[in-house]
Amino acid sequence: MKELFELYITFAKIGSITFGGGYAMLPILQRELVEKRHWETDEDLMDYFAIGQCTPGIISLNVSTFVGNKRKGILGGIVSSIGFVTVPILLILVISMFLKNFADYAIVKNAFAGIRVCVCVLILDAVERLWKKSILNIRSFTIFAGALLLTLFDVLPLYMIVLLSAVAGILISQLKAKEVAK
Amino acid sequence: MILIQLFFEFFKVGLFSIGGGLATLPFLYDMSSRLGWFTTGDVANMIAIAESTPGAIGINMSTYAGYQVAGILGGIVATLGLAAPCIIIILIIARLLTKFKDSKLVQNMFFGLRPASLAMIVSAGIGVVKIALVNIPLFQSSGQILDLLILPALVLAAVLYMISKKTKCSPILLIALSAVVGIVLQLGGA
Repeated sequence: MKELFELYITFAKIGSITFGGGYAMLPILQRELVEKRHWETDEDLMDYFAIGQCTPGIISLNVSTFVGNKRKGILGGIVSSIGFVTVPILLILVISMFLKNFADYAIVKNAFAGIRVCVCVLILDAVERLWKKSILNIRSFTIFAGALLLTLFDVLPLYMIVLLSAVAGILISQLKAKEVAK
Repeated sequence: MILIQLFFEFFKVGLFSIGGGLATLPFLYDMSSRLGWFTTGDVANMIAIAESTPGAIGINMSTYAGYQVAGILGGIVATLGLAAPCIIIILIIARLLTKFKDSKLVQNMFFGLRPASLAMIVSAGIGVVKIALVNIPLFQSSGQILDLLILPALVLAAVLYMISKKTKCSPILLIALSAVVGIVLQLGGA
């Protein structure tokens, strides 16, 4: 029970400081789950994001469910997800009731211009860290470069790119195994 | 009953929108024309609000839409409807993964997935840089390279980067600091 409560509070906290959705959440997850609590590794988080990208639904909820499920099974997955949405639901309800033109206030616009700058820095920080963990050799770099080009030029939906990369990972590893066998 | 209908309409959105928040948009437009629960203007307003509050955009939009239709309870029910399929599907996938995690095939699959995951993070980062640090419309209209860069934002980014490297302080503190600087310097131009 204590652990479920801890999951709920942890994800309520993460949900209240995740601005801009899915990937902006990653640096906060690294800090809270990898560094502080040692519940997950950087590699685990990357796997969750990749799977979240090609399964239905909101990526941040997919990741919350994964982490909670790993700690405390099905109930843990549900509790974490509900924790994650708690603060956003309350905020949006308050805004809908009292501040219909919330997004038009000068103070909100200016604060968010500042926060967006911070999100850039946080993502850069996350990328530096994950680079060391995921780009291990020329083979993984090739997959990275290919996936990045496809993403930037917007030629395929993201989930297709993720699926292609999984296939590429399998094929490249098999080629490598054959080379070694020779 | 409207609450049950809300739950299942948003359950469908959660089930069929692959790849995060903005993937829910077409479904919301469809809902607005089919059920008349809200107008397309409401959807635009929702996007603006969702982008200026914490939380995933899809979640924020379902709360807002649910509230428009059936008040506070509507907001909660719509959000739970959206969340339910994500939770169920991931619980199933997590079971399968623990079962097969030692298989060579699954490991090779992740060898390909991790760099792709990083590529998407980089691309999301570029997306934010485009609106936070540079002013592309101004550059296109003036042709002046100096107009491309938003100098105060770049200076703020450099300072935040140095603080985060030197002090390892919490992201919450950095976010709060940058919001204050944004207000003081009127970074949003408002």
